[in-house]
Amino acid sequence: MLSRVADSIYWMSRYIERAENVARFMDVNLRLMLDLPLGAEEQWEPMVNTTGDQKLFVSKHPVAARENVIQFLAFDASYPNSILSCLRSARENARSVREIISSEMWEQLNQFYLMVNDAAQSQQTMDEPAEFFAAVRNASHSFGGAMNATMSHGEGWHFCRLGMQLERADKTSRILDVKYFILLPTPADVGTPIDDIQWAAVLRSASAFEMYRKRHGRILPEKVVDFLLLDREFPRAIHHCLIKSEESLHLISGTPLGTFRNPAEQRLGQLRSDVAFAQVGDIITDGLHEFLDGFQTRLNLVGRAIFETFFAIRPLAEGARFK
Amino acid sequence: MKFDGYDTGGFFDEMFSPDCSPRLEAKGLVQRLQSLPDGELQRRQRAAEHALLQLGITFNVYGDAAGTERIFPFDVVPRVVGAKEWDRIERGLKQRIEALNLFLDDLYHDQKIIKDGVVPEEVIHSAKSFRSQCVGLNPPRGIWCHITGTDLVRDGDGQVYVLEDNLRCPSGVSYVMENRQVMKRTFPQLFEATRIRPVVDYPSRLLEMLESLAPVSVLSPRVVVLTPGAYNSAYFEHSFLAQQMGVELVEGRDLVVADGLVMMRTTTGFERVDVIYRRIDDDFLDPLTFRADSALGVPGLMDVYKAGRVGLANAPGTGVADDKVVYAYVPKVIKYYLDQDAIIPNVPTYMCWQEKDRKHVLANLDKLVVKAANESGGYGMLVGPHSTKREQEEFAVKIQATPRNYIAQPTLSLSRVPVLVKDHFEGRHVDLRPYILYGESIYVLPGGLTRVALKKGSLVVNSSQGGGSKDTWVLSNGGGGEAEGIR
Repeated sequence: MLSRVADSIYWMSRYIERAENVARFMDVNLRLMLDLPLGAEEQWEPMVNTTGDQKLFVSKHPVAARENVIQFLAFDASYPNSILSCLRSARENARSVREIISSEMWEQLNQFYLMVNDAAQSQQTMDEPAEFFAAVRNASHSFGGAMNATMSHGEGWHFCRLGMQLERADKTSRILDVKYFILLPTPADVGTPIDDIQWAAVLRSASAFEMYRKRHGRILPEKVVDFLLLDREFPRAIHHCLIKSEESLHLISGTPLGTFRNPAEQRLGQLRSDVAFAQVGDIITDGLHEFLDGFQTRLNLVGRAIFETFFAIRPLAEGARFK
Repeated sequence: MKFDGYDTGGFFDEMFSPDCSPRLEAKGLVQRLQSLPDGELQRRQRAAEHALLQLGITFNVYGDAAGTERIFPFDVVPRVVGAKEWDRIERGLKQRIEALNLFLDDLYHDQKIIKDGVVPEEVIHSAKSFRSQCVGLNPPRGIWCHITGTDLVRDGDGQVYVLEDNLRCPSGVSYVMENRQVMKRTFPQLFEATRIRPVVDYPSRLLEMLESLAPVSVLSPRVVVLTPGAYNSAYFEHSFLAQQMGVELVEGRDLVVADGLVMMRTTTGFERVDVIYRRIDDDFLDPLTFRADSALGVPGLMDVYKAGRVGLANAPGTGVADDKVVYAYVPKVIKYYLDQDAIIPNVPTYMCWQEKDRKHVLANLDKLVVKAANESGGYGMLVGPHSTKREQEEFAVKIQATPRNYIAQPTLSLSRVPVLVKDHFEGRHVDLRPYILYGESIYVLPGGLTRVALKKGSLVVNSSQGGGSKDTWVLSNGGGGEAEGIR
């Protein structure tokens, strides 16, 4: 597969997953706000903080209010991680690999883009943001379905899945982080029904509520963290995403699992095994936010190693390998 | 939806005779369109447009920040070509391509046709698209023009003419395929009842032809499509063809010449490329041979080509046959190489470099169509009857300054077909671009792209100038005594 093509496929699916997750963590906030006790003020600043792009936001908006946070994260064309920008980038990437992905994937992505573009220009979206976020989630799921059902599960598909899973791991860590930034009315509220309600909202935003119930039953903060971070089977859990990423990476290169032949495999292998053997109690004692921060940094290094290994166009001096 | 009140306006109409009865080959179609309830055709037109938008067959509107995209305008009423007429066109195109190919091979070798005084030397050597770098090239089996899209028009008297030869990188065939797919979605019953020659096998024929260009020692050749990139206006077509053929779509930066071979950069190293269907012009193909500032091409590609280690379609240098002065000699070219008269005639052409012709052109600028010899896409053109005095004066100056660069033709009264305008039909002018493949033998895709000037009264069908397209139905042979091809 052409390096340029692999690069485009990888970013196409990363951007789609990113768009879905931006919708998800705005959704978590909407839910949290709904459950606030009477008289409490809405908090939108934490939203911006979780993205890591607060500087750009502050330069454009004096205060973090509902309307301008949604506008910024969903539709700001000059903000590269807004849902609209993600869809544009995904589509531009897809356009350059249209002959590699299936027509069904292209059509799905194109419709997804047109839907978001329309929503950006409609007042209805601001009145009913939850509906829009649900539509984004569904469109992304449809894309994933088209991808799994219509594209051969070969090299291109694995680059697609690799991009999707790494992005999802990163974004689940940020959804967990939203809870860290959200302030409880008083510190004494920790462990009270309000706290429980907020954790339930976090689970729902990751589509994890029902699966969590089956696995752990009662909502306990430690168990929620355990589920979203360390569960092997839940598809949005970080551990699960890393397992699938590693699988794809090794199927692309042909390197047996458990060994490595390039920096991408080495870094991802280290990260996956650290998560595999982690204890949720230790994580919480040492600080969940700090853990997530460190995780995000290490995940970025995995991304960089993938770029160096597969996408960077090597100079000829390194010698052509013939097939 | 009725054709009552439809006016052929004194033009040759592809669907109706002058007495307003449907032509034989269009009878079935007209009946079916007439039987549709009110509003149904408009609904299907909208459905077709929606399908094109969903398929992403769009082009960007530059300078629009909202990211608006438009579809290439499409009219839902098909254009029908009868079997007999098509057979003649097909024979004519095969004849023309065979002769043009012999002509190209001769021009880049012995130039017998010049020595025999049939085509003047200065016409060839003054053609901008004549490539001295290609002299002595020997493409496989002596074939230069593998893919051609010839523009045909019909004049008021019903005669079909060749308007232009496009032997460089003709585009539009993807719209033929997509239009057909959309029409099948939109009018399934019509397809069941009508015997229309299929176009769906074009990509496999194209691939077969391209594979035949591989170096003989290669058993299973790797074919690629070379595109200038995602921002090229024909990018949709490049990726469409690559996808339909199941081959890699590459950009110049993906390719590199190493050890005398063309290689592409992949995630696991370099892999050999055997045949390149290039959709970039000669000028940009190889900066070491042609334009040195080209960033789109592959340095060293021409050396590999000359050594016979990679196939190129089309061969470089074919553009000389597109020159509009050279065009004027094609009937003589056919006579010279094949000893046959041209089956499809040329439009009579005045060559401004000849004094007698130039005088005539300058005196009749208000009646003629003047074209720059080396432009395409409807640029550099004066349509006399639709022009202002001032435009005519500007062209007179240009013609006198560089007479070699201009030709003129009588303004044809292009034939028309009905298009859907709001709630009724109106006639609009059309041309037809069939596509011809030259591999082991010559193949003509039945039909081709019907381009239609959607602006009322306009004669310019190019998409850059407000043109759209229609599906083109070539009927099958053997319809028996009934209306041709329609059961």
